[in-house]
Amino acid sequence: MIYVLIVFLPALAAVLVGLLGRRLGDRASQLLTCLAVTASALLSLVVFFDIALGSGEPQRVQLLTWILSEELRVQWALYVDTLTAVMLVVVNVVSALVHWYSIGYMDHDPHKPRFMAYLSLFTFAMLMLVTADNLVQMFFGWEGVGLASYLLIGFWYEKPSANAAAIKAFVVNRVGDFGFALGIFGIFFVFGAVDFASIFQTAPNVAGKTWTFLGMQLDILTTLTMLLFVGAMGKSAQLFLHTWLPDAMEGPTPVSALIHAATMVTAGVFMVCRLSPVFEYAPDTLAVVTIIGASTAFFAATVGLVQNDIKRIVAYSTCSQLGYMFMAVGLSAYSAAMFHLFTHAFFKALLFLGSGAVIHALHDEQDIRRMGGLWSIMPLTGIMMWAGTLSLAGIPFFSGYYSKDLIVEVAFAGHGLVAQYAFWMALIGVFLTAFYSSRLMWMTFHGPARAEKSVMAHAHEPPLVMGIPLMILTLGAIAVGFFTHDYFTGHEMQEFWRESLLVLGDHDPIEAAHHAPLWFKFVPLGLAGAGIALSWYMYIRNPALPRRIAETNWPLYQFLLNKWYFDELYDLVFVRPARWLGRTLWKGGDGRIIDGFGPDGLAAMVGNLARRAGQAQTGYLYHYAFAMLIGIALIVTWFLVAG
Amino acid sequence: MIESRLPDFMTALPEIWLAGAAMLLLLIGVFRGNGGTRMVSWLAVVAIAVAFVMVAVSPAEREVTFAGMFVSDSFAKFAKELVLIGSAATIIMSLGYIRREGMERFEFPILILTATVGMMLMVSANDLIALYLGLELQSLSLYVLAAFKRDSLRSTEAGLKYFVLGALSSGMLLYGCSLIYGFTGTTNFDSLTTLFQGDAQAGIGLVFGIVFLIAGLAFKISAVPFHMWTPDVYEGATTPITAFFAAAPKVAAMSLFVRVLISPLVGVAAQWQQVIVAIAIASMLLGAFAAIRQTNIKRLMAYSSIGHMGFALVGLAAGTTDGAQSVMTYLAIYMVMNLGTFAAILAMKVKGEMVENVSDLSGLARTQPMLAFVLAVFMFSLAGIPPLAGFFAKFYVFKAAIDAGLFTLAIVGVLASVVGAFYYIRIIKVMYFDEPGDAFDLPVAGELRLVMTVTGLFTLLFVVFPTPILAWAQGAAAALIP
Repeated sequence: MIYVLIVFLPALAAVLVGLLGRRLGDRASQLLTCLAVTASALLSLVVFFDIALGSGEPQRVQLLTWILSEELRVQWALYVDTLTAVMLVVVNVVSALVHWYSIGYMDHDPHKPRFMAYLSLFTFAMLMLVTADNLVQMFFGWEGVGLASYLLIGFWYEKPSANAAAIKAFVVNRVGDFGFALGIFGIFFVFGAVDFASIFQTAPNVAGKTWTFLGMQLDILTTLTMLLFVGAMGKSAQLFLHTWLPDAMEGPTPVSALIHAATMVTAGVFMVCRLSPVFEYAPDTLAVVTIIGASTAFFAATVGLVQNDIKRIVAYSTCSQLGYMFMAVGLSAYSAAMFHLFTHAFFKALLFLGSGAVIHALHDEQDIRRMGGLWSIMPLTGIMMWAGTLSLAGIPFFSGYYSKDLIVEVAFAGHGLVAQYAFWMALIGVFLTAFYSSRLMWMTFHGPARAEKSVMAHAHEPPLVMGIPLMILTLGAIAVGFFTHDYFTGHEMQEFWRESLLVLGDHDPIEAAHHAPLWFKFVPLGLAGAGIALSWYMYIRNPALPRRIAETNWPLYQFLLNKWYFDELYDLVFVRPARWLGRTLWKGGDGRIIDGFGPDGLAAMVGNLARRAGQAQTGYLYHYAFAMLIGIALIVTWFLVAG
Repeated sequence: MIESRLPDFMTALPEIWLAGAAMLLLLIGVFRGNGGTRMVSWLAVVAIAVAFVMVAVSPAEREVTFAGMFVSDSFAKFAKELVLIGSAATIIMSLGYIRREGMERFEFPILILTATVGMMLMVSANDLIALYLGLELQSLSLYVLAAFKRDSLRSTEAGLKYFVLGALSSGMLLYGCSLIYGFTGTTNFDSLTTLFQGDAQAGIGLVFGIVFLIAGLAFKISAVPFHMWTPDVYEGATTPITAFFAAAPKVAAMSLFVRVLISPLVGVAAQWQQVIVAIAIASMLLGAFAAIRQTNIKRLMAYSSIGHMGFALVGLAAGTTDGAQSVMTYLAIYMVMNLGTFAAILAMKVKGEMVENVSDLSGLARTQPMLAFVLAVFMFSLAGIPPLAGFFAKFYVFKAAIDAGLFTLAIVGVLASVVGAFYYIRIIKVMYFDEPGDAFDLPVAGELRLVMTVTGLFTLLFVVFPTPILAWAQGAAAALIP
């Protein structure tokens, strides 16, 4: 019952507010959705303490039979084990805080009920995703969050850029979803089932077998997991499919915090962790996952260095941190990935909501070059965001420190070229992360005020309804790692995760990481410290320096500023040819050929024939008589010739 | 010693009665002058009603009389009933019209009566001579009727054209008859039937005869390429006469066509089938395409009737009793739809003047919703849209053609009916979606409303009660092949 309530309370609120929002009014809509999700969050905590921390057994709640067709049997069921419990807490807590925060943030928006309904709808879809007990149900949630994301990015539908961003997010995710769907089909083809229990049971038997796929002899599980991973790449904005995430910042900031930082984008990580009993038998895929993750971590961090839009910096940071998570997943350190997912949800939501408070205070100003000097005006927000930043940078005893350092150590302890690559990328990433995240802080809160006087005069601390969620998240960013790292990745690990994650072999990467030499613990720390110090030097001490560096390294600067030209490349390689193809088929294929010979051509032909048939009717008697005689002559001739 | 015996007059009683009635009414008309037209008209309707009862109660068994010239069977009964209904409806519909248009002369109903007698003789013909006599009696009456409005240039032109071309077609028909007689030595249908039984192979001379015979009959049903008179005559003749042309004579000529081809000539079906297929295709296509650009609704109905005769020929081309049944069903439904449509056209009157352009119907749905609705029903039905009667008419002929393996014919027919649907539905579009023009005069005459109501109900309700028509048509068709 409790599980059903957790999942369906937000759904109920979404339906009620979505359909009756106008009649309920703004305030009632906000309260209804907030209370529903808050109740859901509290229940999630109960479940978390029961199943993850306590001794509760994993639960499966059968709801309905969805599809029954020969071999294909799909159920609607809620499956809750530790992995799900962790996700329930992340999703519902962040969602509840974002719901409350939105009351303040969307205060001036005329469409409050719609916004709240979308947020609750998203929450429901995300909960469906994490509680799924089979791939089809997970796909339902997967598409549901995609839909909610589309609706929320395009929430301000009057803005063309928001519409474009929403469509881009949807289309890029389609690429990933295509892979995911193919993966599901393949799994059903190979395993004859789509529920996790059956798949996990059969996976060891399939390991190492090959099949012919696209004319190549491939390992079955490698193929399937690669396809599934393509889905995860799309949803989690990994390199090559990441282009939608920065653009998605066109949506309202609470959306960015909830969907594009804490929850939806981590769905890919969750999915791979959930399927760890399959991925474990596909070492090649894991290597690819590691490489993609590490590359993303590095790539996004470099781009983050030079961006000027406060939300885009945080967005690239998200992208980068997701890279870390996949890096850990690829190295079989699923628990480390989940741990980072967990802590990241708090400090990244905090950073986004804090940015939102800043944007709110500065009348929708998002460019950090026109900020600065806010420390004296909104010190509380400043302190809270510094907590988030330090957590992100991995400064000891903040939450991020525990999870991120662990990932770096896992990479350090790993063997082989792939692990080496991941390690170096991770290490550079640590430095870059510290640099760009503190740069954001220096530029926003410190130094001279670069905003206009009138704007600065109206800047203020956020109202309580926004402030309290921020404070709760700050607590999480500071302390949650300290209190939970023993469970997630420490001594209590076995009792915590139990059967929900599978790591093959005798070597546990977490175990290996814990045996990293003591001196190594200080390497990431030193790099993070150096990053923060350098950014202080460049942006506070010597503010002219960044411009000089940019000018001396102009091509590199442009390369980073333009996000490695991914958008331009895709435009050239995919968008333009697709548009050309579309135009050609439309103008040439449909317009000229199908319309030309089809409807238009036929109509013209009919008109033509009609005119001629009419012309034959001259009104002259002798023409008529002639036609009759010709007619009979023709018929007689026909008989003479044919018969 | 030559045995002399009176023939059995009873078999031909309806024809004799109607002929006598026509002459009696002529006497009355002459005595009463044109002032008695209305009375003569109603008396003519009564005479037709009596003839209808006589036909209806006459035995269904096949009876032959007048030395094998005249046959009465259920096929003839069915056709005669249709003809009588068509004639009576025409007289009723024209009552108001002829008075208004200053053509109230007592000869009008009497000519319709004589034409009706001719048609009844046609459908009962059992000999080429009888066929010709009936046909001519009908045609001569129709020629006069076409030119009945003597002071109208268009009407007289229509009458003249019809007469000249009709004479030409009669010539062809007679030529065909003489060829058939020359190559077989008989004009009697029963003898011809016996002659062509088995694997008879018609010689080239006989085929010539058949072709000319078909040409003569095709002229009467205005099938392509013998259709040229139709648009001009339909447009030129006064509207009630056009309605008459489109109803009863078509039924009679088509029935005769069916009887000649299915009964005596069924043995050589392989020969005439190709001709009928060609004529049917040409008629359907011309009816579909040529009507599209017509603006005069009577001219449009002329092309429509050409197309519809093409569709009916599809059933005939099958050359089976099923085909004959489908043709008779088609004729019944077609006649009803046509009478209804022309009743609606007769209601198209603005400030006392008759109008006959499609554009005059603009916005009729707003000025006279009931009339627009009834006309829309007829148009949908003529276009063959289910569940109206016109759909079933087409359905049965196509089914007969497909059962007979004539797939090309059926496909062309369906395509032609798609094209044809355009101009029927355009009328509905004009009525329902165009801006209203001048409103038609109210009230619509009672007799027109009566005809429209009855025919409209028939068109709408055929889907619910199709059995009587289908059963009658089946009985009629079964009588053709003993």
